[in-house]
Amino acid sequence: MRPTQKMNLFQSVTSALDNTLASDPTAVIFGEDVAFGGVFRCTVGLRDKYGKDRVFNTPLCEQGIVGFGIGAAVAGATAIAEIQFADYIYPAFDQIVNEAAKYRYRSGNLFDCGNLTIRAPWGCVGHGSLYHSQSPEAFFAHCPGIKVVIPRSPVQAKGLLLACIADQNPCIFFEPKILYRAAVEQVPVEPYTIPLSQAEILQEGSDVTLVAWGTQIHVMREVANMAQEKLGVSCELIDLQTILPWDTETVCKSVVKTGRLLISHEAPITGGFAAEISSTVQEECFLNLEAPISRVCGYDTPFPHIFEPFYIPDKWKCFEAIKKMINY
Amino acid sequence: MLQTQLLSNHHFNFGRRGRDSSVGRAGKCDVHRLEEGPPLKAELTREQGLRYYRIMQTVRRMELKADQLYKQKIIRGFCHLYDGQEACAVGIEAAINPSDHLITAYRAHGYTYTRGIAVKEILAELTGRRGGVAKGKGGSMHMYAPHFYGGNGIVGAQVPLGAGIALACQYQGNNQVCVALYGDGAANQGQLFESFNMAALWKLPCIFTCENNQYGMGTSVERASASTDYYKRGDFIPGIRVDGMDVLCVREAFKFAAEHCRSGKGPIVMELKTYRYHGHSMSDPGVSYRTREEIQEVRSKSDPITMLKERMLSNNMASVEEFKEIDIAIRKEVEEAAQYATSDPEPPLEELCNHIFSNDSPLEVRGTNPWARLKSVS
Repeated sequence: MRPTQKMNLFQSVTSALDNTLASDPTAVIFGEDVAFGGVFRCTVGLRDKYGKDRVFNTPLCEQGIVGFGIGAAVAGATAIAEIQFADYIYPAFDQIVNEAAKYRYRSGNLFDCGNLTIRAPWGCVGHGSLYHSQSPEAFFAHCPGIKVVIPRSPVQAKGLLLACIADQNPCIFFEPKILYRAAVEQVPVEPYTIPLSQAEILQEGSDVTLVAWGTQIHVMREVANMAQEKLGVSCELIDLQTILPWDTETVCKSVVKTGRLLISHEAPITGGFAAEISSTVQEECFLNLEAPISRVCGYDTPFPHIFEPFYIPDKWKCFEAIKKMINY
Repeated sequence: MLQTQLLSNHHFNFGRRGRDSSVGRAGKCDVHRLEEGPPLKAELTREQGLRYYRIMQTVRRMELKADQLYKQKIIRGFCHLYDGQEACAVGIEAAINPSDHLITAYRAHGYTYTRGIAVKEILAELTGRRGGVAKGKGGSMHMYAPHFYGGNGIVGAQVPLGAGIALACQYQGNNQVCVALYGDGAANQGQLFESFNMAALWKLPCIFTCENNQYGMGTSVERASASTDYYKRGDFIPGIRVDGMDVLCVREAFKFAAEHCRSGKGPIVMELKTYRYHGHSMSDPGVSYRTREEIQEVRSKSDPITMLKERMLSNNMASVEEFKEIDIAIRKEVEEAAQYATSDPEPPLEELCNHIFSNDSPLEVRGTNPWARLKSVS
């Protein structure tokens, strides 16, 4: 049994970063306010332990942070850049899409920035409103050349983050901010990785496949229980974990078995990542489908201020979707 | 009516951790690429003095009321308070016309008031009610008024917008200017420099203004910026550094700046040296990166409202009783506004989808389920 310690999500991130700085002398962590520990405490203690050359603050310039990170990664450093909120990542969008994602391709494999990992807090938090709640994974899913990963819990977070850092491609790691303190688990102290691009089946079932990632997994768990208790419906719950490149095989195999698919995410429904999953699954599993694929997502509005409880795809909306699919 | 001439434009230095601090030294504003700066003397009439006092005190009390409501969890989400910086908003408004334009970042409640929105609409927006200035849909960071473009959450994003507004003024030949405000943290955003370049190239009537309150969230200016002379950051654009705690200094400097822009000389960069008493937002106690002594010192030696009041009292421009009366009236106004903000109903659920696009007939908005369709009216 590996030794474990009780950690919440931000502590598991700190643990992963600690392991990385210890084993990789080229690793550096930078971003806004990371030196004192970060606004979500993900980098607490690291500067004291590893020095100010390796854990340092940047000024307020996301485009600069990512551009700088790409350069550092190309030159051989393991660069771990923090964007303070995923909502602020857009000034860096050009750097990520046009520089980081295409470096290897355009240089014919002469150069790459595989050593780059970008971390950002993600998702709704109860009071974040327009600019502290966004889930932008769909924007990045549209970009070949980068990987996009979202954990659901501390154990997953540490393993997936270490996998992203080790992966020889630029990775974006979105951390569900509402889970930073709320999710607590016994996490192994030593480094370990969880494979990327592999979805995890959390619960096996025979009637409906549920696909989600990040915070929404916990909502879906409840929905699966409700479906079992109230409808006698057995749900198979899948955590996608890696958004790009995503594990089509696991999801399609599951849908072939159950015949029904419900995908749920906080991001707005139009062009959200559920659309990609839905489209692929209907291509691969058309004849196995018993009902149209259901997507329960955020409304097509900016993430609202006062309306948040009505906006998010809560368990009741998902439960309704399952009922409709069963009765189709 | 009493009139008097006052010496203004004194240079202010903040002492930090052992360095000398000096208060109230008379001197010129620091200027960059300018032959001369704003005048050394300013005239303050009794009417003006009482007006500036009343407006600053209203902003102060409104912000403190917001603090109270936040701690009672009636205001939720993000709330960035402006107390300490009142002289900036009031001084700027005193120097420009209501037909001029202004845009700022998220510490915007003060400007929302000076640009003409009532306290109760501001507080109701903070509490997310339908009587709020943005119908309860924006919250603290998104308040607007005629010729006041908010209220912007993304740091630095409002500055290119300000340059664009200035372009519109120039194009329409309406002799108006745009004041585009940002903080010391935002001063390091790339898009600012893009705006500086365009504004200078096309001689846009834009007054770029850095409200330097010494800290970008928890990072002091020395730790974030290679150069803390924010008024020089426009490089080829002239700049002025102003004591942002003195409402008269701010007014005179902005009168100068507005004249500069209106006469077709192009943009100008202003730096207001100011201070915020609260932390960055309500989740920041504000004492882990600065000392309580420092905050106390500014409060006791450079508070904008106290300074104005003392100046007027020592020149016999008003009496202690008059100020008391103003204070009482303001307290009542803010109290009533808070009542309104707590009792006004929240916006109806139909509002969730309104005003996404501009559309003549109601637009269908897809919802969380395939069968849930909401209407968007605009």
